[in-house]
Amino acid sequence: MRVSAGRWLGDSPVGTGLIWGAVAVFVALAGMVEAFAERRIIAGVVALGPALPFLAALGAGYHAARRAGGRGALAVLGRGVGAGAATGLAVAGLVAAGGVLNLRAVFVNASPALFSLLSLGLGPAGGFLPILVGAAVGMGGAASSLVSDRARRPVVTGLVAVLVIGLFQEMLQLMLAEGWIQSALRELLFAPDALSRAGSVVVFFVAAGASAAWTYRGERVRQQLMRVPPPQRRLLKLLGLGVGLAVMLVVPLVAGPFLSHVLVLVGLYVLMGLGLNLEVGYAGLLDLGFVAFFAIGAYTVGLLTSTGGLGVAQLSFWAAVPIAVLVSLAAGVILGVPVLRIRGDYLAIATLGFGEIVRLLVLSDFLRPWLGGSQGLLTIPKPSIGGFELRGPEHLFYLTLASSALVAFVAARLRDSRLGRAWMAVREDEDVAEAMGINLVNVKLLAYGLGAAFAGVGGAIFAVMLGSVFPHSFQLLISINVLALIIVGGMGSMPGVVVGSLFLVGLPELLREFADFRFLVYGAALVLMMQLRPEGLWPTAAIRRELHAGEEMGASRQGAWATTRHPG
Amino acid sequence: MAVLASRNLTRRFGGLVALNQLDLEVEKESIHSVIGPNGAGKTTFFNLVTGFYPPDEGEVVFNDVSLNGLTPDRVTRLGIARTYQNIRLFANMTALENILVGMHPHLTSTWIGAVLNTAATRRDEEAATAAAVELLAFVGLKGRGDLLAKNLPYGEQRRLEIARALASRPTLLLLDEPTAGMNPRETIEMMAFIRHLRDERGITVLLIEHQMRVVMGISDRVTVLHYGTKIAEGSPSQVQSDTQVVEAYLGRTKWGRPENGGHA
Repeated sequence: MRVSAGRWLGDSPVGTGLIWGAVAVFVALAGMVEAFAERRIIAGVVALGPALPFLAALGAGYHAARRAGGRGALAVLGRGVGAGAATGLAVAGLVAAGGVLNLRAVFVNASPALFSLLSLGLGPAGGFLPILVGAAVGMGGAASSLVSDRARRPVVTGLVAVLVIGLFQEMLQLMLAEGWIQSALRELLFAPDALSRAGSVVVFFVAAGASAAWTYRGERVRQQLMRVPPPQRRLLKLLGLGVGLAVMLVVPLVAGPFLSHVLVLVGLYVLMGLGLNLEVGYAGLLDLGFVAFFAIGAYTVGLLTSTGGLGVAQLSFWAAVPIAVLVSLAAGVILGVPVLRIRGDYLAIATLGFGEIVRLLVLSDFLRPWLGGSQGLLTIPKPSIGGFELRGPEHLFYLTLASSALVAFVAARLRDSRLGRAWMAVREDEDVAEAMGINLVNVKLLAYGLGAAFAGVGGAIFAVMLGSVFPHSFQLLISINVLALIIVGGMGSMPGVVVGSLFLVGLPELLREFADFRFLVYGAALVLMMQLRPEGLWPTAAIRRELHAGEEMGASRQGAWATTRHPG
Repeated sequence: MAVLASRNLTRRFGGLVALNQLDLEVEKESIHSVIGPNGAGKTTFFNLVTGFYPPDEGEVVFNDVSLNGLTPDRVTRLGIARTYQNIRLFANMTALENILVGMHPHLTSTWIGAVLNTAATRRDEEAATAAAVELLAFVGLKGRGDLLAKNLPYGEQRRLEIARALASRPTLLLLDEPTAGMNPRETIEMMAFIRHLRDERGITVLLIEHQMRVVMGISDRVTVLHYGTKIAEGSPSQVQSDTQVVEAYLGRTKWGRPENGGHA
């Protein structure tokens, strides 16, 4: 796996540090350090932007320590210091070069402000500072590789909690604006534009404590849960579900319109993700034109409900949705027919074409009299329930939540069914699946059709969310986003779809400065995922159903296999 | 009575004639071996029987039904199941799920039934799971059902593959080198198992095998292929003494391939 360049650079701690240093320099020159400079995490201590290069030093220290291969603790720490210092050296080199050369002629982001941030405010004279800080951080990274997993986890959890709460302080402070308990909590944790120092300590210890408690007691709790008899376990499950539901119902009330809007977007991607997951995750059929079904769902609802000139039926939203689902399903089957015999890379290209064809069709002058061309469909009314109109994002949140829950339920039932097994068999080995008596035509068309139907639900909500539908909303990029979130979440995993959507759709919406670097971060995230955690953030677990309660693993084996088992 | 018959069966790959006008009959409830050097066309024959390739000429007839033009899933539904030379399990599914996939043709639940979780679907699934657990025990894999197929040791993967094939309730089972990579003791167990399938379950077995001890030990009838052409057929002892077979098959005068180390 390691490339040959890594062999002569990456095996020495300095080499490792320099590689990470290159990452730090890249991040700085790409403009991220400056863009995130105002995202303060702890008041007066650290902001996200200037911290980024030193996160690289942390990675370098950890990385170098992991390659130390059974050396003593001091040697490992030494390697961490060396690697971190080397990363700092690369940053210092950038600062020094910026003092002498006019880097700005090539790198527009290489401003004096950037160099000031990188040298922690000291300017070119403070070039040694990044090296010192890098060395210290690198040692921290190396130290973290020395301690056991159980000891590391609470610390990492605490730091991540501080980072996350610091990043989203603005939103959290808004939520805590009213009520005296909330105000007290806000006073405790936050300075005007960041976590306060005391607050960050509190957050760290609360999160670390919770993590430690779970690490040390969690296993026992889990075992106790396993011992609960099935009927009561069912009750517990329902209780948990009820609590989860109650929390979700309260969310928009607490979150306010902006966060609700973000969550609706996340929900739309969850709907598409669940659909594409049927195709890619279960049946192994790569589809790069998935946005087409989203578009078809949106246009169908638009045409059927619009009160404008292009509306054909002026149905209510509720009457239009089932039709939109059926139309999307049919579109999925129609896409499926020509690509039935296509496999692998070719399938990706063929479906890519389908997605573009649909977008170009709705954009075309030829269909302009019916679909509105680039002007799109306008005046799509909001859905209403018994005279109550679902207008704001808070209301649409409930609609999206209910749809996602319903779709997830259907997807789970399908996954555990005979059809779901057939899909997975096709994913694993198409030829053998066919030899097992599985009709590939039926099974594949159902995967395309049902996956498309799920996306159609998302498209329907999208249409009423915007109140209008335009062709430019259905770019190839959406298909790629959906595929990326499935991979990041974990192929074939339904919780993974939700986690992936939150990470790849929710986070960039919340961090405004993020937008410019969205695809840089996407690319890095995907490469890192493939290297470190190819199974995804929340991978699937094999379902257990052979042995029910009471039976033990490794019980006696009998049957036609006459003799006892023996090693070999 | 012949369960399976091939008539004038021919298959070419480019200029290579992989199988040349093969006539072959497999008697009901017999154990029939197909042997021959590498590249003799044995696996091609299996692929033609199971519908994976269409024949260029001739046809395969199963219980008086021509298999020409049928897709593999249709062939399986008629009662033919197979295993593969290089094990081809569904690696990322559990052992039990592998068997459940094998049962696919005999299950009746639809996806709509599954979404609504109807009583019929639940009954269908429960019966299938019970039958799959039984099959696991039948091949000596009781308690291994929840392991991913790829995590099973080699010998157990072979047995799981046979269990998966049996799950489709075949009357004719095609085994492609079932004892490949097995030690002598496992080989003897496999031979007993194949006999058991025939004797107790009435399954006709068509076998590709390289270990001559296995072929001679359990076959009722042996067909020898060489460069796609049948050069001999008969009882094990008849074939063994056929001079043409000895010359063509080995180029030597003694049975047994070098890597099998004298299973004479």
